[in-house]
Amino acid sequence: MTITETHAPNPAAGDADRPIGYGRIQRKEDPRFVRGKGHYVDDIVLPGMLHGAILRSPVAHARLVSIDTTRALAHPGVVAVITGKDLLGLKLAWAPTLSADVQAVLVTDKVRFQGQEVAFVIAEDRYAARDALELIDVDYDVLTPVVDARHALDPGAPVIRDEIEGRTDNHIFDWEAGNAAETDAVFASADVIVKQEIVYPRSHPAPMETCGAVADFEPIEGALTLYETSQAPHAHRTLFAIVSGIPEHKIRIVSPDIGGGFGNKVGIYPGYILAVVGSIVTGRPVKWVEDRSENLMSTSFARDYIMQGEIAATKDGKILAVRTNVLADHGAFNATAQPTKYPAGFFHIFTGSYDLQAAHCKVTGVYTNKAPGGVAYACSFRVTEAVLLVERMVDMLAQKLEMDPAELRLKNLIKPEQFPYKNKTGWEYDSGNYERAMRLSMEIAGYDDLRREQKEKRARGELMGIGISFFTETVGAGPRKHMDIVGLGMADGAELRIHPTGKAVVRISVQSQGQGHETTFAQIVAEEIGIPPEDIDVVHGDTDQTPFGLGTYGSRSTPVSGAAVALVARKVREKAKFIAAAMLETRPEDLEWEKGRWFVKGDPSVGKTMAEIAMGAHGTVALPEGIDGNLDAEVTYDPPNLTFPFGAYICVVDVDPGTGHVKVRRFIAVDDCGTRINPMIIEGQVHGGLTDGVGMALMQFIGFDEAGNNLGGSFMDYLIPTSMEVPNWETGFTVTPSPHHPIGAKGVGESATVGSPPAILNAVVDALSPLGVTHMDIPCTPARVWAAMQGRATPPI
Amino acid sequence: MQIPAQFDYVRASTIEDALALLDRHGAESRVVAGGHSLLPMMKLRLARPECLVDINDLYELDFILPEATQLRIGALTRHSALLESTDVARLFPIVIDAERVIADPIVRNRGTIGGSLCQADPAEDLATVCDVLHAQAVVRGPGGERILTMDEFHKGPYETAVAQNELLVEIRFPIRPRSGSAYEKVERRVGDWAVVAAGAAVSFTVDGSVDDVAIGLTAVGLDGTISEAEAVLRGRRPSEVLFAEAGRLAAEASLPVDDQRGPVDYKRHLADELTRRVLRRACARALETQTTTMQEG
Ligand SMILES: Cc1cc2nc3c(=O)[nH]c(=O)nc-3n(C[C@H](O)[C@H](O)[C@H](O)COP(=O)(O)OP(=O)(O)OC[C@H]3O[C@@H](n4cnc5c(N)ncnc54)[C@H](O)[C@@H]3O)c2cc1C
Repeated sequence: MTITETHAPNPAAGDADRPIGYGRIQRKEDPRFVRGKGHYVDDIVLPGMLHGAILRSPVAHARLVSIDTTRALAHPGVVAVITGKDLLGLKLAWAPTLSADVQAVLVTDKVRFQGQEVAFVIAEDRYAARDALELIDVDYDVLTPVVDARHALDPGAPVIRDEIEGRTDNHIFDWEAGNAAETDAVFASADVIVKQEIVYPRSHPAPMETCGAVADFEPIEGALTLYETSQAPHAHRTLFAIVSGIPEHKIRIVSPDIGGGFGNKVGIYPGYILAVVGSIVTGRPVKWVEDRSENLMSTSFARDYIMQGEIAATKDGKILAVRTNVLADHGAFNATAQPTKYPAGFFHIFTGSYDLQAAHCKVTGVYTNKAPGGVAYACSFRVTEAVLLVERMVDMLAQKLEMDPAELRLKNLIKPEQFPYKNKTGWEYDSGNYERAMRLSMEIAGYDDLRREQKEKRARGELMGIGISFFTETVGAGPRKHMDIVGLGMADGAELRIHPTGKAVVRISVQSQGQGHETTFAQIVAEEIGIPPEDIDVVHGDTDQTPFGLGTYGSRSTPVSGAAVALVARKVREKAKFIAAAMLETRPEDLEWEKGRWFVKGDPSVGKTMAEIAMGAHGTVALPEGIDGNLDAEVTYDPPNLTFPFGAYICVVDVDPGTGHVKVRRFIAVDDCGTRINPMIIEGQVHGGLTDGVGMALMQFIGFDEAGNNLGGSFMDYLIPTSMEVPNWETGFTVTPSPHHPIGAKGVGESATVGSPPAILNAVVDALSPLGVTHMDIPCTPARVWAAMQGRATPPI
Repeated sequence: MQIPAQFDYVRASTIEDALALLDRHGAESRVVAGGHSLLPMMKLRLARPECLVDINDLYELDFILPEATQLRIGALTRHSALLESTDVARLFPIVIDAERVIADPIVRNRGTIGGSLCQADPAEDLATVCDVLHAQAVVRGPGGERILTMDEFHKGPYETAVAQNELLVEIRFPIRPRSGSAYEKVERRVGDWAVVAAGAAVSFTVDGSVDDVAIGLTAVGLDGTISEAEAVLRGRRPSEVLFAEAGRLAAEASLPVDDQRGPVDYKRHLADELTRRVLRRACARALETQTTTMQEG
């Protein structure tokens, strides 16, 4: 993989060239990562620490007849074995999920998915703990599993959640957005309607670091310190307080360096709770770190949406309406993580980037005998599914109308003057200039030349495809008047302190899993107050050290926490003005700001730098009334709206006509995330997301057999793309600032993961279209592509 | 971290030492070479040897030695060494074709030809390569040395003629004049095991007809080469029509199973398609070497 820079990099040279504020600087956190000095949960070793291992169910659906732990307890080094029965006594056998459901911590009555937690062994070392798992004798009475979501609501289907009183089926929820009657009316009078079932199969984020925890309960103080792989330490602390009864001020959650999250580390897993229980029971710290298969088989999966899509248009290509019915497989417990009011996340942005007259969706969630989860993997709360649906439908419409898919999109994109744009399902898109991004992408791609080349190749029987995806995201959840997670408003705090010598520390509530927060957030402060980023420490991940906030997922860090940081810096800057005025013996209103310094209007030589002001604040300067002697501030930011980043992606593929093998030859990604803080970090996020997109479009898939066995439980079967599968990424950008965000920035962490799979899939279908193919579902593995070529495309589930 | 069951570990210093250690530690002791098949199986607890006999210090098994009539390769030769060898590339391009698509550089730096053959995974690429090159396997045990054909060596999936107390020490590829070879694999992703792969080796008579040909398929349930398909070409001048016929017969002979890599019909199709491709390339290569030899002569 090589990387094409579409604009000149910042010279890596001397400090004089380094931006104080926004710009391309190397990541502050990287020296420790590239030197192998990152500090992860599994690096934590506490005195007297024990090790836990989880026994997991080999079957998907079974009544638990008995568990005998005698032999395991007798194994050398084993300290304790905890079963569901023990947890029942502690009232901890079931824990609330983030979606108003409960999840079994350890099985008490019935196993509901393969890989479910059955018992917890605690031993002196992890080898003894692992060996003892084999010595636990469990008797299962195997039941018929519900594997196919399409049959979950069949009258005779086994009831998975029979522990809930009165439950007679596997139905979780029905949820609607938009206006059904209006949409039906538009469809009734449309010239052209295209229908297609589109499946976004189950995948898994598979972060490089699996999930784990070290729990340290101190019985005298009754205090719990929990080191865990969490994207949301504060939310976890509150939930732990509620579930465990340990008072919140006695709980400290520390998320050290996190080796990738992608949404996999938002929820609270049984393993975390078991580590805590283990520490309470044994009186010693307990470490639990899952292995790769445990991560793939039991933690938050992503997608699993079966979408019936329909699009209506006039015969000259004006798109009128989109409607869809979705069957959502949520697994055995409804443990999706999203704003609680939105059980389908933000799927209702399936109206995409187009000016529609009507839209409607209905989503039905069902239980199946599979691992719980559903909102994970850089999906911006299901915008991935929404974008795949609408972008596939638009392409199918183009094929039906025999129109170029770029032309069809250009004709229907929301126009710059229509922003802020209210769509038909209740969103208010903040800003956009879609046509500009689309045209830039086409220009970088050399779109017309590509189409010419394709024509020549087709004449020779070669299969070349060009695919487009234009996406709009909704990220930065979210305004407290509209959304919360289990009652917690989705705000984020920030605290900024300027030390007397002018160095600073900013404490934030969001938690980096690789996004580069230590750099980006320092740059935001630097831009606002003119202290160089290297003089600003960013502290995060420790609930004792940072203000409350909901954490990092759904691309919300920059939209929400970034805003908090900008505002807290402005507060400090404003306070600095008063102190500077006192120091210069002038009035605050006579001062003017230039980056890093307040000076006297009309006399720029008379002024005070932030460092001088900081020393003044902590020194002996007589302070004006109401100004206390520090240069600190704090804010909590409640976003007025979400931000709506967008992008225009074009993918070129070649398909081997003899084998169905797909090669992604080119990928052009034009992103608009508003104000760009560190372009290098943005590009890194985009490159990673595009690689994820290749994975999802071509290979990543968690399948199940009829017995409910997980077929993607190791990297032998769950394939992740390598540098060999990805092309030279060609990136470009436009800048349309968010009007309501303090610095105009929008989130970008998930844009490429959301936007790229449809571009690749559309390219594959385009390549196969001479053979009469109009649709196939991802993943486009060689076998599945070949089947599509034979006119036998089948859904993956 | 996946954790294997408990095991002992000893390091052998010579072939004799390794054989003695295998003998001493008995039926549940196993040789470890690159460890890239055995260790994953141990971590998944699919294999539970009580003792590992490490042969990585046996430098006498790490060689690539061209002789007049054969190429000798030590069992401990790493995939990466094969891939980088100019002798191998010149004599048996099929090995390079195959090595390029075996696993990834990290695995290739450790994994060995001996380990690959002894693992005898049904989707293992070098087995097909050895089959079509009519390789010989040299096996050493307490009773001395045996030389086996590949037919004798392979005993089915995960089974070979190498006994627990024996070592595979060497592979020999006979060198034939006017010959060419090729391998092609379809995989879902770089580093994945084959969905299906095909290998072919051909040699020509002086007048340009096929003297001998061998065709093998990987991951479709076959042992040895496919004589029905080979018979089509032997004694004749290669042509697209014959390749197609050979491909059809290879597909017919194959016994693939439906799995995550693909359904049966697709794998049959690949058997056909890839057979034609490797025959085409092997013949082209043979004719190329013939031309260069003639120019040199
Ligand atoms: C991620 C990954 C991808 C892979 N992809 C492919 C692929 O695409 N194609 C492919 O063909 N292979 C693939 N492999 C396997 C790889 O080629 C291994 O290196 C090879 O199979 C085993 O070689 P080894 O030296 O590591 O053997 P080991 O793992 O050390 O041993 C394997 C077996 O052989 C025995 N053994 C080893 N050497 C000897 C000897 N000299 N005498 C007697 N017994 C011996 C051992 O006891 C053991 O039973 C892959 C492996 C990995 C980890």
